[in-house]
Amino acid sequence: MPSLTLPSAVDLARTQFALTIVWHFLFPAFTIGLASFLAVLEGRWLATGRAVYLDTYRYWLKVFAVAFAMGVVSGLVMSYQFGTNWSVFADRTGPILGPLLGYEVLTAFFLEAGFLGVMLFGLERVGPRLHFLATCLVAFGTLTSAFWILSANSWMQTPTGHTMGADGRFAPADWWAIVFNPSFPYRFAHTVTGAYLTTAMIVGAVGAWHLLRDRTNPRARVMFSMAMWMAAIVAPAQLVIGDLHGGNTYEHQPAKVAAMEGHFETQSRAPAFLFGWPDAEAGETRGAFGIPGLASLYLTHDLDGTVKGLKDIPRATWPTNLPLVFWSFRVMVGLGMLMIALGLASLWLRWKGRLYDATWFQRFAVAMGPSGLIAVTAGWTVTETGRQPFTVYGLLRTADSVSPVAAPAVAASLAAFAVVYLAVFGAGIWYLLHLFNQTPQVHESGPPTGVPIRTAGITPAPALDTPHHGASRPAFQPAE
Amino acid sequence: MDIDLTLIWAILIATAVFLYVIMDGFDLGVGILFPAIREKADRDVMVNTVAPVWDGNETWLILGGGGLFAVFPLAYATLLPALYIPLTLMLLALVFRGVAFEMRFRTATPLSQTAWDGAFSAGSFVAAFCQGICLGALVQGVRVEGRAYAGGWWDWLSPFSLLTGLALVAGYGLLGSCWLIWKTEGELQLRAYRLAEGFGVATFAAIAIVSLAMPFLSLAFRARWFAWPAMAFVAPVPILVGLLGWRLRNALDRREEVVPFLCGLGLFLLSYVGLGISLFPMIVPPSVTIWDAATHPSSQRFLLVGTVVLLPMILGYTAYVYWLFRGKVTAGAPGYH
Repeated sequence: MPSLTLPSAVDLARTQFALTIVWHFLFPAFTIGLASFLAVLEGRWLATGRAVYLDTYRYWLKVFAVAFAMGVVSGLVMSYQFGTNWSVFADRTGPILGPLLGYEVLTAFFLEAGFLGVMLFGLERVGPRLHFLATCLVAFGTLTSAFWILSANSWMQTPTGHTMGADGRFAPADWWAIVFNPSFPYRFAHTVTGAYLTTAMIVGAVGAWHLLRDRTNPRARVMFSMAMWMAAIVAPAQLVIGDLHGGNTYEHQPAKVAAMEGHFETQSRAPAFLFGWPDAEAGETRGAFGIPGLASLYLTHDLDGTVKGLKDIPRATWPTNLPLVFWSFRVMVGLGMLMIALGLASLWLRWKGRLYDATWFQRFAVAMGPSGLIAVTAGWTVTETGRQPFTVYGLLRTADSVSPVAAPAVAASLAAFAVVYLAVFGAGIWYLLHLFNQTPQVHESGPPTGVPIRTAGITPAPALDTPHHGASRPAFQPAE
Repeated sequence: MDIDLTLIWAILIATAVFLYVIMDGFDLGVGILFPAIREKADRDVMVNTVAPVWDGNETWLILGGGGLFAVFPLAYATLLPALYIPLTLMLLALVFRGVAFEMRFRTATPLSQTAWDGAFSAGSFVAAFCQGICLGALVQGVRVEGRAYAGGWWDWLSPFSLLTGLALVAGYGLLGSCWLIWKTEGELQLRAYRLAEGFGVATFAAIAIVSLAMPFLSLAFRARWFAWPAMAFVAPVPILVGLLGWRLRNALDRREEVVPFLCGLGLFLLSYVGLGISLFPMIVPPSVTIWDAATHPSSQRFLLVGTVVLLPMILGYTAYVYWLFRGKVTAGAPGYH
């Protein structure tokens, strides 16, 4: 009879990290792209003077404010997770990862936080041009943040540029090699592209939702059209970037790729499995169904290429949850294929002049709304659980990284995070859905807090949400 | 010439933490005052005095945590497990509060308005209280063996840490009410004056009790403050505290608008300097010094190069944003959605 064993502190700490990071990443995965989208919208408004861009900008600015706030507070939690639950990891990797995260705070977080206030509340105070600059700085900040955090994460996957002391502590030897470690350029490109696609899927779904109600709404048309351009161009590009990233992973972390593919045997003309269940005990992928030679083709770029299997890799370094790695990978790739289909279909409809009329296509776009969020979560699950059983690949084991904190403390805080996140972020996401459901209007209002923020005496221009009739309108027109 | 990078970093991190304490201090304080001010219009004004800046204020907390990880990883790796419970509570409270910032303006029903206002207010209080507890737990000492925290997960809980928790709530309440005196007018400002008086008295009582309790915690503290000639060097701190208290009292009586806030900042600065005198050079009292906890010299240099350039820029644009949103905040058009 199996006995009931309580989860260990390390399992609980892993669960807590997984829970807090997955919740957290939902928000930046969306806001990285949304910030750039807002910058483009405002830029087009400044360039053309057409109100439809400003209205669309304001519509999405309200969304951005809520999503960004949730990203900030959930991100704050992450900056303490390393210390509370992974203190040995923190002590040993601090000399390497600490400065990278330090630079993230200094170059990105302050920039975003500082200019977010201007972006949300400052249009009538600073004028359109400076306001556009603030939007661009926030967008730049989100990308800079991604740069540093992905550099840190990539170093954990492919550590280079360090030495290791007898006490297990890492010391920096070459900062360039640390920051630009071998997997970083690929992971950065792949993740940022994924974030852009995530935003495109959400913006496209919201645009489609409103086109289904009123296909003449010009704001819905603008957001839908821009999102579909993004899908058409970036989704296929992501396939190429993802393939390059996979090749890089195969070079540096063959065990991860073998887990992704469900390959136990080293083989030439290796198949790409569509289905199956990798069973570590049995040493085979059960019920496997695949396309012969395809994995060899995309991993070695040779149909007859030899692909390494798990059995030629020490058992103690296999990822600990093979089905999770295997299936997360399939979810990500499958959704990516659907995004490509969406993008190509949009090109065809645009060519035929039916982009705003094909209701089947708009329903498809609505259904694809959450696909980006699911795909990036699945992708991160692949790369993080595929790195197991290490925190720093090949050098520091997860089991040796954990804090000396008693399991009940970790369990209690895990439960608290689970409940609070579900309640708070659940309410926030529910509210975002409510915003998405509101029809984008002419003279779209800005964030509601923009109203009472006005300071007595120095705001000659009308408030953000005042309908801009007649004379008040020019205050918001860009200079000719 | 030999430059002590560790000392430079200790000063920088201490500065970052101090900037966090005063900046998020007044905006947490605004939340702490919520139970005393119940009208929705007033609460909207209160939140709007901090809405454009709170995000930046809280970033200093990330810098405090991230900076500790970056340049004093041993302190990060021992303090955070030691303060596991209060830190987790603080983070959860800040989650509540941060989301409530956005949501309380967007609610449809009075019930959800009450709920989000409650989240904002309780989140502010719990975050402040837990920060004070962390401070008290740090001051009373953290057991470190080898390179790891060696205590239990309730070691932080003591009468002293609860006292410092309440002290920080009082102090933030004072900062928050003085901020409102500066940023509001009319009836709300009058009430802020009364609140500042109450929180001012509470803050001075808290400073006095904590100061009296500290010499009983450790011999080292006693030596710092009461041995001659050290006493001559540290004596200005309590004297200045007394003078500031007198000035604050005066300013509140004379209905000055900016001076009370400055007095509040001064009080925090003096208390902070007092703590520094007691603790230096310990970063994890009673056994780990800043030099024990320091990271690799190469890491110190790598981050310092950027910090020298970036920190003045951050201070510059932070000041710009504050300047941009200067002036009184008033109840605007009633209609928001």
